Amino acid sequence: MFIDFFLILKNNKIPVSIQEYLTLLEALDKEVIEYNVDDFYFLSRTILVKSEEHLDLFDQLFGAYFKGIETINSEEFMNIPEEWLRKNSVRLMSSEDMEKIKAMGGLDKLLERIKELLKEQKERHEGGGKWIGTGGTSPFGAYGYNPEGIRIGQDESRHRRAVKVWDKRTFKNLRDDVELETRNMKMALKRLRVLSREGVAEEIDLDKTITKTSKNGGMLEIEMVPQKKNTVKVLLLLDIGGSMDDHIELCSQLFSAAKFEFKHLEFFYFHNCLYEYLWKNNVRRWEERVNTYDILNTFNSDYKVILVGDASMSPYEILFKQGAVEHYNEEAGKVWMERLKKQFEAVVWLNPVPKEEWKYVQSIEMIRNIVENKMFPLTIKGIEEAIVALKNPKLVYQ
Amino acid sequence: MQFKGTENYIASRDLSIAVNAAIQLEKPLLIKGEPGTGKTLLAYEIAKALNKKLFTWHIKSTTTAQQGLYEYDAVSRLRDSQLGEEKINDISNYIIKGQLWEAFEADEQVVLLIDEIDKADIEFPNDLLLELDKMEFYCYETKKTIHAKYRPIIIITSNNEKELPDAFLRRCFFHYITFPDRATLKEIIDVHYDKLEEDLVQRAMDIFYKLRDNRGIKKKPSTSEIIDWLKLLMIGKITTQELDEVKNHGRIPPYLGALLKNEKDKEVVFRGH
Repeated sequence: MFIDFFLILKNNKIPVSIQEYLTLLEALDKEVIEYNVDDFYFLSRTILVKSEEHLDLFDQLFGAYFKGIETINSEEFMNIPEEWLRKNSVRLMSSEDMEKIKAMGGLDKLLERIKELLKEQKERHEGGGKWIGTGGTSPFGAYGYNPEGIRIGQDESRHRRAVKVWDKRTFKNLRDDVELETRNMKMALKRLRVLSREGVAEEIDLDKTITKTSKNGGMLEIEMVPQKKNTVKVLLLLDIGGSMDDHIELCSQLFSAAKFEFKHLEFFYFHNCLYEYLWKNNVRRWEERVNTYDILNTFNSDYKVILVGDASMSPYEILFKQGAVEHYNEEAGKVWMERLKKQFEAVVWLNPVPKEEWKYVQSIEMIRNIVENKMFPLTIKGIEEAIVALKNPKLVYQ
Repeated sequence: MQFKGTENYIASRDLSIAVNAAIQLEKPLLIKGEPGTGKTLLAYEIAKALNKKLFTWHIKSTTTAQQGLYEYDAVSRLRDSQLGEEKINDISNYIIKGQLWEAFEADEQVVLLIDEIDKADIEFPNDLLLELDKMEFYCYETKKTIHAKYRPIIIITSNNEKELPDAFLRRCFFHYITFPDRATLKEIIDVHYDKLEEDLVQRAMDIFYKLRDNRGIKKKPSTSEIIDWLKLLMIGKITTQELDEVKNHGRIPPYLGALLKNEKDKEVVFRGH
């Protein structure tokens, strides 16, 4: 019945499965709702959408697909050639279309094109039925899905209908405040667990209980131990600014995943390479700096160090004193990196630059040598490999 | 059997449909939304409206799925065996039933609230898949499968601290409680306080929505905050004129602490004056 609608959702990357579609049919069969399109919208939303970041897209697709369905009467509907319907009501943008938008030369061009289309639509609208009139511009009109979210030509006023619920776009803001796709990263980081017992004794220690009970001549004596907990300590050092701006989203994903996963997480920022100062608050980086020596002296050697950076800089910044781009450094970046390695046994470098490109950048190769090849790409697989390297600092990488 | 809200709880049309669909198709309903929009309260109100018993399972960071099913108290059994107690012969004396078991065992349909599921370990929802799907689980100690006699109405709330796995989401219906619009908020205020002066409520709502629109504020005040704030306004005998001054001359609203819980957000408001 609504297979087309279902496929549109699926093609637009709303994660729906057959199971949900069947559930929707079952719900209709059981007459959970009255027969009106608002209720149908609420019902299909609750069944098909599983996460708030998809709600806005769902609203747009629903609007595009079911547009005009209320005003159309059966007689008019019969007059529309079937081919027309099939072609136009489903003419939503696929990812290829999105590519086309980019190919058309960006926003200004797109706006022009929309204006043209709208003009075309008006003309056609006078002659044709409502369905055709509205469906025809669906890819670029009011409901066009576009990364910039352009939205014009809302034709509700022309039809003098009230704004539909899904047209209100209530969930528009939810798309950007949710934490995205960090689950996989958390699952990867989870492997970095060092379990040890501390805190309140709440588990029975079987071996000790047996020993003590035997010593006690068979009278039970119970021994308790604390539960095993993840006590791994992580020091996260993030490169910020400059060429790292391109990777900021990926890095903040890693950061938010790590923040929830590790109880003992310390983080500091640096720029390009490690020097004598680090900072915690990037806005106040010149006022609130921490001496790198203090960090080396404060944190125990059992802290696992994860450096995140693209390691893309001029070789001078690593090799020579006074080579840093931002300040006058007394000692070369390499010296500081060596100090870090001396203090902490487990050090890895995560690099958001794709691995295939590493060999073209001299400084990446240099940093890679300094960290003894323990540089991994900032991908799920790379994080997994880095975790292995952190857990077994003795492993040698080629 | 239809849920339409209660005299103390205004359920919007979309929320009622989500609840009714979940009840009729016997699926758990996952509720998300801004803090303070009545996610947890929903389960209490459903139980009240449909006159059903409510079981609540509040999730903490240390909660495991097993605790919702049952726990086997081996230590007491061991101790009792030393004392030669009669009851050690029946292992079921040492099975402590969890909320899920209790809800499955009930002789009528009940409401089960699983509150703040995102607080638990990241694997937690995966451990409950079969239980929520088939509404049954196996008790190893007594070698019995526990079936739900009547599939309970399950309401799950989440605050988005952790993402939930896809397999889990697929088994649930989902509803996001949006912040109510002005008319709905007025209705909500009316069910809480019937003696408030109309003008005062309107002014208070003006100030409240203006605060919510302030982009600098991170933790936006929500329904529960305005309810508390109105109470303070009543106790403090704040007049409509005083609120007018706040509105028209840009003064700091009285009892701001009831609306904004965060020092930084308060600073934003102070700086704006």
